[in-house]
Amino acid sequence: MKRSDESPGPAGEDDRTSGDSGAACKCKSTVDHGRRDFLLKGIFSAGAAALALPFARGAESGKPTAGPVQPTRKVPVLTSDGKLIELDVAGTDVPDHPHLPPNDPAVRIGVPGRRWVMVIDLAKCDGCKGCTVACNKMHNTPPDREWLKVYEMEDDHERKYFFPKPCFQCDNPPCTKVCPVDATFKRQDGVVLIDNERCIGCRFCMAACPYSTRFFNWGPPPKNPVAEAHAYSPETGLPRKMGTVEKCDFCPDLAAQGILPPCVSTCAMGAIYYGDENEDAVTNSKGETERLHQLLEDRAGYRYMEELGTKPRVHYLPPRNRSYPGPKSGDHKNASV
Amino acid sequence: MPASESVSAPSIPPELLATLQLPPNRLHRGMLLVFSLATLAGLIAYAHQLRAGLAATAMNNYFSWGIYIINFVFFIGISMAGSLISAVLRLTGAPWRHPITRLAEMVTVVALLIAGAMIIADMGRPDRFYFLFLYGRWQSPILWDVLSLTTYLTGSIIFLYASCVPDLALLRDQGRVFAPWRHRLYRVLALGWHGTAAQRERLRRATGTIAIVIIPVAVSIHTVTAWLFGMTLRPGWHSTIIGPDFVAGALYSGVAAVITLMWIVRHTFRLGQHLQADHFRRLGWLLVVLCATYAYFIVNENMAPGYTGDGSEEKLLFSLFHGAYAAKFWTMIGIGLVLPGALLLLPLTRNINGIAAASVFVNIGMWLKRYIIVVPTQSSPLLPVDLTPLTLSPPTSPALTVPSALASVVHGPGQTIAYVPTITEWAITAAAFGAFALIYYAFARFVPIVAVSEGEEPALAHHAASEGGGK
Repeated sequence: MKRSDESPGPAGEDDRTSGDSGAACKCKSTVDHGRRDFLLKGIFSAGAAALALPFARGAESGKPTAGPVQPTRKVPVLTSDGKLIELDVAGTDVPDHPHLPPNDPAVRIGVPGRRWVMVIDLAKCDGCKGCTVACNKMHNTPPDREWLKVYEMEDDHERKYFFPKPCFQCDNPPCTKVCPVDATFKRQDGVVLIDNERCIGCRFCMAACPYSTRFFNWGPPPKNPVAEAHAYSPETGLPRKMGTVEKCDFCPDLAAQGILPPCVSTCAMGAIYYGDENEDAVTNSKGETERLHQLLEDRAGYRYMEELGTKPRVHYLPPRNRSYPGPKSGDHKNASV
Repeated sequence: MPASESVSAPSIPPELLATLQLPPNRLHRGMLLVFSLATLAGLIAYAHQLRAGLAATAMNNYFSWGIYIINFVFFIGISMAGSLISAVLRLTGAPWRHPITRLAEMVTVVALLIAGAMIIADMGRPDRFYFLFLYGRWQSPILWDVLSLTTYLTGSIIFLYASCVPDLALLRDQGRVFAPWRHRLYRVLALGWHGTAAQRERLRRATGTIAIVIIPVAVSIHTVTAWLFGMTLRPGWHSTIIGPDFVAGALYSGVAAVITLMWIVRHTFRLGQHLQADHFRRLGWLLVVLCATYAYFIVNENMAPGYTGDGSEEKLLFSLFHGAYAAKFWTMIGIGLVLPGALLLLPLTRNINGIAAASVFVNIGMWLKRYIIVVPTQSSPLLPVDLTPLTLSPPTSPALTVPSALASVVHGPGQTIAYVPTITEWAITAAAFGAFALIYYAFARFVPIVAVSEGEEPALAHHAASEGGGK
């Protein structure tokens, strides 16, 4: 993302939150401290043990300026040397920033000139599920679903690896094609969204999605004052409505303001990159900005089950030359239980 | 059978008049009680579901379609045969068709109404049903289904009603045998029919046209229903054969449903002299042919993916043949194909009761087949839908591995991927069958279920004299 181009690293994170969107962000201070603190901890643990991280440039630029931090929910994170540490989940409160209402035609068009894209480096993902926790918190997800899942992949011969899977925001989306009432739609900025004030609950999109990314609100959604305080927007999916479908929305409201989605910004390993395909740049939580086409070319990027013809907007880099020990059959499990 | 050449009212055979007039006997009252209770239970269950949402069902993010969709496909399947059989027999001028056409057309109309109700029962937001017309998009197979279903329903109602008009005129002309309101209703519905040559010619052309048009519409309705599944990227659904497969299955189950209804009507209304062993035998032979046809389709749909062993397809087939769904699959093969085939072919059982029993087995088997179409595919998505809450500890055992492009996904332990319908779902299913029976019964008490008048087709009048089937 362009913000991080200018000032990479945790300092950039600070700048960004207080500068770009600070005016709109009521819960700024807690977000800032929490996120900074989180990042610094992550950098300490990851950076101290593994300065040799291949993509760690810029990570050392931040200096600890940790403010007072309230004890919040913890998430276990596996560091690159195989140690399990606990980190605060932070920087994931629903930020108070503008969302387009469902009846605004612009909500179905998106940010002009942008083509949001994601790259997930499987060589870096150590399966800590911090992204899932951050995403759940951001979107107030009920406990029965995860918009972003981290699968543990294996086959008969190769080492296991972790596979974070958001909605792929396909360019040829099977889900939007089958929707009878145009409740789920593809925007020009690449994002696939759902208007839950339009959805009739036929669940055809769930049957059509080959990647199991869609969830249904089978019953009344759990009470959630934070979510209910927001005016509904397809860009946030909040508040939820019974009898409608939801899924990962690629945080287009954050992207529009140059803020990385929480799954990206909280990844201690910097495994997830987010950016604009038109700009040919993607950025991760460490402020590392890469040329999209170069990254995909150098690292033999691929898209999951591309043979289905769905043209996903999420690219994966194969788990070669891992920057962490990887989930060996028994070790990792023991470490984290 | 009166050819109704004259303008004066021919008489309605007393046994047919009795089906409209006599108060319900003990058998009728018992049946009505059971069907009313089933319908009532379903309405209560639906009220509960409206309040609690689809959480009242066993459906989840794996099995996002369940028993309502199974019932929908089942009733659509049954609906297909009624008007189709009637139309084909009418066009080919089969003289023996006469006592069964109305009965068959009625199956179509009622089954379509129930199928539509099942779709509404399945909707997460039934309050937004009208969005389909407000915001409908033709890219979606659901819109194709809406179009096809409404067209077929409209066509079938016209088809049924048109052939009823001469009988309604007969009833109008019966004098004071009916209650005044009913008499008035017959008068209105008879549309001033007097059996004149011009009226008969008009009716003949109208029913002839509909009989032709209704055939492609009937084929379309089940093809489009198949495409609800076929247009997804799911193993077991995404196949080119699924449209014809559904059509073959619909014909099979539909003819079986017509035979079943023939048997029930024959016994409920004591119409043995109209619905004769010959009718059962002829439709029985048709059912044998369709049984073999459907067996051929089942071999086809499983042979190609089974031979190549494509990963996800192979997993699905294993679950059908040998795994979680094997019991249902082989039961379906046994009572849906083998047993009815034997009953229909063996001379010992090739009689009214044997053929009717075979038809009931076909219906049960075909309901199971719909289950096998809808449910198992959803148990093996290309990627797991994690239902468990976020656990901080990674899975301890690879309870389920799902093949993928590069590797397999290790699934969390303790997850039972199964769909077991709740009482709510069973109650609504019972209501579907109960309401079907109630509507069918009400119709059979209002218009002779066996057509009296053949006034619309003078060309076939001479057949009536020679056939003797109706007498």
